[in-house]
Amino acid sequence: MLLSTGLFFLLDLALGSVNIPIDSVLNILGGSKEKTSWTYIILSFRLPKAITAILVGGGLSIAGLQMQTLFRNPLAGPYVLGISSGASLGVAILLMAGSILAGTSMLQNPIFDIYGMVISAILGASLVLLLVVAVSMKISDTVSLLIIGIMFGNLTGAIVSILQYYSNPEQVQSFLIWTFGSLGGVTWSQLKWVMPLVLAGISIAFGLQKSLNALLLGENYAQGIGVSVNKIRLWMILSTSLIAGTLTAYTGPIAFIGVAVPHIGRLLFRTSDHQILMPAVGLFGALLMLICDIISQLPGTNQTLPINSVCAMFGAPVVIWVVMKSRNVKANF
Amino acid sequence: MEESARTILQTENLSIGYRLSKKKKLTLLSEINISMQKGELVCLLGPNGSGKSTFMRTLAGIQPPLQGATLVDQRPIKSRNFKEISQLLSIVLTERLTVENLQVFQVVSLGRYPYTNWLGKLDREDKEKIRWAMEQVNVLQFANHTIDQLSDGEKQRVMIAKALAQDTPLVMLDEPTAHLDLPNRVEIMKLLRRLAKETNKAILLSTHELDLALQAADTIWLMKKGEPIKPGVPEDLVLSGQFESTFNNQSFAFDKSSGKFKMNHCHISSIYVEGNSVMGFWTRQALEREGYEVSENQNHDLHIKINPEDHQWEVRYHQKHFKCQTIKDLLFTLRNNIST
Repeated sequence: MLLSTGLFFLLDLALGSVNIPIDSVLNILGGSKEKTSWTYIILSFRLPKAITAILVGGGLSIAGLQMQTLFRNPLAGPYVLGISSGASLGVAILLMAGSILAGTSMLQNPIFDIYGMVISAILGASLVLLLVVAVSMKISDTVSLLIIGIMFGNLTGAIVSILQYYSNPEQVQSFLIWTFGSLGGVTWSQLKWVMPLVLAGISIAFGLQKSLNALLLGENYAQGIGVSVNKIRLWMILSTSLIAGTLTAYTGPIAFIGVAVPHIGRLLFRTSDHQILMPAVGLFGALLMLICDIISQLPGTNQTLPINSVCAMFGAPVVIWVVMKSRNVKANF
Repeated sequence: MEESARTILQTENLSIGYRLSKKKKLTLLSEINISMQKGELVCLLGPNGSGKSTFMRTLAGIQPPLQGATLVDQRPIKSRNFKEISQLLSIVLTERLTVENLQVFQVVSLGRYPYTNWLGKLDREDKEKIRWAMEQVNVLQFANHTIDQLSDGEKQRVMIAKALAQDTPLVMLDEPTAHLDLPNRVEIMKLLRRLAKETNKAILLSTHELDLALQAADTIWLMKKGEPIKPGVPEDLVLSGQFESTFNNQSFAFDKSSGKFKMNHCHISSIYVEGNSVMGFWTRQALEREGYEVSENQNHDLHIKINPEDHQWEVRYHQKHFKCQTIKDLLFTLRNNIST
């Protein structure tokens, strides 16, 4: 799996509107001289994009795995706590509220555009997150937490709809494009922030493996063998928010992968043991995301497809096949 | 051994119940002062709704007490953290495992959770303890099976193995024999008794299996709503009538002489049964269900003589005589020929 991830990483670098031979890609990565335009394309565009794809695929899958174990629910994913809705709200307010309130768009300055979207997405995600954490410290029942997370999502969704209703078509369109998700918008200078934050989230998740296995027995049994369930839950929420919050801010809400990959991992490896699942799901998610990114570039053409649509179009049949093959998805929790 | 050194669990003026709001409390039981020794098998008995589960949860530190304290190994459980508690007491709950995609070995090895590092890596001692635990409850041959391949009885034994792997001086089981058939229930009770004696663990279990508890327990704690817990050796509790008063109600009664519960059937008529063999026992059982009061008085109109050699029942009613080959036959004859 590590091998095929490496292979697709290279393919992702090679394929695009301009196809670059693999050996040239290797030369560029190795630092040797190649055509300047190729070097520029690889180093400035495709490399950060491919790294982002790996972070998104691996990170969101691991975040989804944690949430499914925490809520013992096969439909849970990284966004179940309302993180993506929070980010959407931030972006929607930035793109649309300005015009409603002041009559002018705040987006006349293009620099403000890129950074403004990221900052407002982070603010929105953090706000919802703080609320969820505050609630989770007060409530010890996980099912209630799940419902509250979904309600936060509905609430922010409602506000976004109201904003859309009163906005002009161009603004609605730029918001919609953000929700399609994009891996290409992340530059090296942004990766400097994204990478450590996402890796921190993933590291926390890896540190929680043992406790996640204990949680499989149910919260009462977990507590009986010495797990402080409330503490672990807080760490899981923190890890998920670091991963999902950061990624959503920079790439838009990339759904699907976080819900689907944990299922594929469990069924491929026929276990619920997180010591096996966590690395497996991380790698598989990264692999799947690289493949989706290659497809979305439509190699050889100048067209691209929105990454969210590609993930769902090619991922959904895989998940349907996997679920139909397995006897009982519920058996994993 | 000195008494205090053997005491592993003790309560001090413990009140159990629920805090409904800041000011309102629902107290189920108060002033509980009770203790358990190492190597003792204690069965907690009581009708539904008497607070058994609440009491167990409070003892295990899962639910906070309203007042008073539980002392485990001489120190209040409240002053200990989860890790310390998990090295002193292990629990087996009524709730069934929902995860099925884990191997038996993996579930049992989670019992070593308090002793392993952050990765959960098992060292040699851990592996030996896990093996020993699986051997004790006879699930070693299933070590690599996943949970969904096991029967309910086997699943329960796996959870007991998990508790044993946890290597604690105190084990608490909440209705470990629920959902099980009779052979499995007896098996589990025998197993727990043997473990208490061989490993010197104190084992506390709540159960509705009154006759099994009477046979297996060193001590029984009787719980009834609104009354203090009555601890005692099973036979003492029976002889003093406390056992009876805890469980009796209108529809059945505890029979001290047989140690069994009997349904209270309404009596329509009296009958005399002659013969005291095994056939006699089952004949009486059938007659009582049918509504006859089996009496010691020979001067009844209705008289049944049991003839074990021919496997035959002779019914005499006034001047009439009937011979029956089976109990079915006998009951049929009684229904058709005897006016009540």
